[in-house]
Amino acid sequence: MTAPLAKTPKRGEPIGDLMSPAPDTRKKIIQVEGLERRFATPDGKSNTQVFGDVWFSIHEGEFVCLIGHSGCGKTTLLNILAGLDAPTAGGVIVDGKEISGPSLDRSVVFQSHALMPWLSAIKNIAFAVESRWPQWSRKQVLDHCQKYIDLVHLTGSESKKPVQLSGGMKQRVGIARAFSIEPKILLMDEPFSALDALTRGSLQEELLSICAETHQTCFMITHDIDEAILLADKIVLMTNGPEARVCEIVENTLPRERTRQDAYTHPNYYPMRNHLMEFLVSRSKRFSQELSSGSYDPRYPPVVRPTAGPRDAGASKAGEPQPAQDGAKYGDPLR
Amino acid sequence: MQPRMSVKAGMLSLVLLTLFLAAWHLLVLAQQGPAVEMDPEYAALMGKQATEGASALPKPAEVGAELWRHVTDPFYDAGPNDKGIGIQLAYSLFRVLTGFLLAACVAIPIGFLIGMSPIFRKALDPFIQIMKPVSPLAWMPLALYTIKDSNLSAIFVIFICSVWPMLINTAFGVASVRKEWLNVARTLEVGALRTAFRVVLPAAAPTILTGMRISIGIAWLVIVAAEMLVGGTGIGYFVWNEWNNLSITGVISGIVFIGLVGMLLDMALARASKLVAYAE
Ligand SMILES: Nc1ncnc2c1ncn2[C@@H]1O[C@H](COP(=O)(O)OP(=O)(O)OP(=O)(O)O)[C@@H](O)[C@H]1O
Ligand SMILES: [Mg+2]
Repeated sequence: MTAPLAKTPKRGEPIGDLMSPAPDTRKKIIQVEGLERRFATPDGKSNTQVFGDVWFSIHEGEFVCLIGHSGCGKTTLLNILAGLDAPTAGGVIVDGKEISGPSLDRSVVFQSHALMPWLSAIKNIAFAVESRWPQWSRKQVLDHCQKYIDLVHLTGSESKKPVQLSGGMKQRVGIARAFSIEPKILLMDEPFSALDALTRGSLQEELLSICAETHQTCFMITHDIDEAILLADKIVLMTNGPEARVCEIVENTLPRERTRQDAYTHPNYYPMRNHLMEFLVSRSKRFSQELSSGSYDPRYPPVVRPTAGPRDAGASKAGEPQPAQDGAKYGDPLR
Repeated sequence: MQPRMSVKAGMLSLVLLTLFLAAWHLLVLAQQGPAVEMDPEYAALMGKQATEGASALPKPAEVGAELWRHVTDPFYDAGPNDKGIGIQLAYSLFRVLTGFLLAACVAIPIGFLIGMSPIFRKALDPFIQIMKPVSPLAWMPLALYTIKDSNLSAIFVIFICSVWPMLINTAFGVASVRKEWLNVARTLEVGALRTAFRVVLPAAAPTILTGMRISIGIAWLVIVAAEMLVGGTGIGYFVWNEWNNLSITGVISGIVFIGLVGMLLDMALARASKLVAYAE
């Protein structure tokens, strides 16, 4: 594998923000450099590029969401970050070292929950805990597992087999398993997609508080714009495959200490939401035109900070849709 | 609902059995014709069937009496040609279980290897494809020639016939373990041996047990034929010996016992499969 170990790329110039924050001095814990993945076509004669030239980085303690349409290669990208799959070009640098395989430092919540059906919920978690701390006693392991069972509100269902659990409960066991080993980096592949709105909300807030408490570095794939706005510090937008690219990186302009309630009422909420929606609805499809016409540099994908406008940011009324500041006026396509 | 259904099914089974026994009894009665006049010397040669008009088949009651005799006194030993059915069955079971367990010890590890490594699968495939369709009894002369012991030869034949289903099922079960479970183990940095025992083995166990169940069934089929060939002891030899004695009651009771023991073996394996089964 030939990873272009470039010098730390300069941060792209933020667009549409006059009050640019102080440059992020936190350590870069993950650097994705020129990542490309190709799969052989079914006839085996040639191959297609799922995505290519993907560059972005994640700082320590940062929460990054990846948004893109189904089939654009999000799971493939996450598998490469986890070390389960190898890129055809480029590389991933974690903590200064290029990764060559999976590690206990990077824990994965799988899209398909990946529970072992012959083990009960708590035994599934115990399998992970025993792998992380092999020297622990049986009691220590079970106590630790119980803590995470309680955390995802599964108390009482410990001894149920996966087949006896609902889809959402299975996903919660998968989340508890990934959390239980207290990894440096959490990689999550649509962890809340099978949950009802209520459970999803409470788990999102749980996740938010854990991350605030432990400064957990997280990388999460999602389809849900609101989820991304609530959880992420930075949202990576991926265009449609094949040959998907990182279209741009959206920085969350909502304050870091946010709850579901004040996220919805913050003046920057609608600019953020509209910008992401506009991307998913139309820009993700016609990005190749933008590519050929513009000055897109894959190493430094544009960084966007949609806000309610620099002058009246504080004054705008809560809940009122505001135009984003990067030149275009977006209507909310859901309304 | 469920218990009532099994009661009904049980009753139906009893009715069918009664009908079968009645039909058998009537058939035997119908075959009994009037005795034919013939030369006494010739009659002595021809036996009861020709002289007294007795049927070749015994009546169900006669077989029942014979079965009862075996059940009440299974372990008598009156010389090499007259041993209790319990002793004969014990010989056969010993051979079957020894050959079967040896086969399991060989087939399951090799099956693991084949299932985990595509190279081994490709390399061993031609051997397996050629050896698998060979009737296990075809090995008998070779075994007798090389091992020079009829008992060990019988065990070898059992070994060779039970190895294939276990080998193929283990390899298949191991190869089809879901990738995501292996990925979980990989992200947790679980070593190869621990992955094999904690992930692959439980995941493949139902398939492996199915292979074992097929194997023990085949082994029990083959042991009867093998023992008819090598002679000496065992339930297969017992049946052959009864045939040589022209004791059809003996042959039929042998068949009944073979069936019963085969059923018990299968039930034991089915019980074991239940223990390792999981629902997805
Ligand atoms: N092992 C593979 N062999 C060939 N093609 C593959 C393989 N895995 C994924 N692909 C292809 O790569 C593309 C991206 O797949 P991926 O699973 O990463 O999508 P995704 O973005 O996670 O989608 P979703 O949101 O539906 O989960 C798809 O077009 C898929 O067909
Ligand atoms: Mg996916």
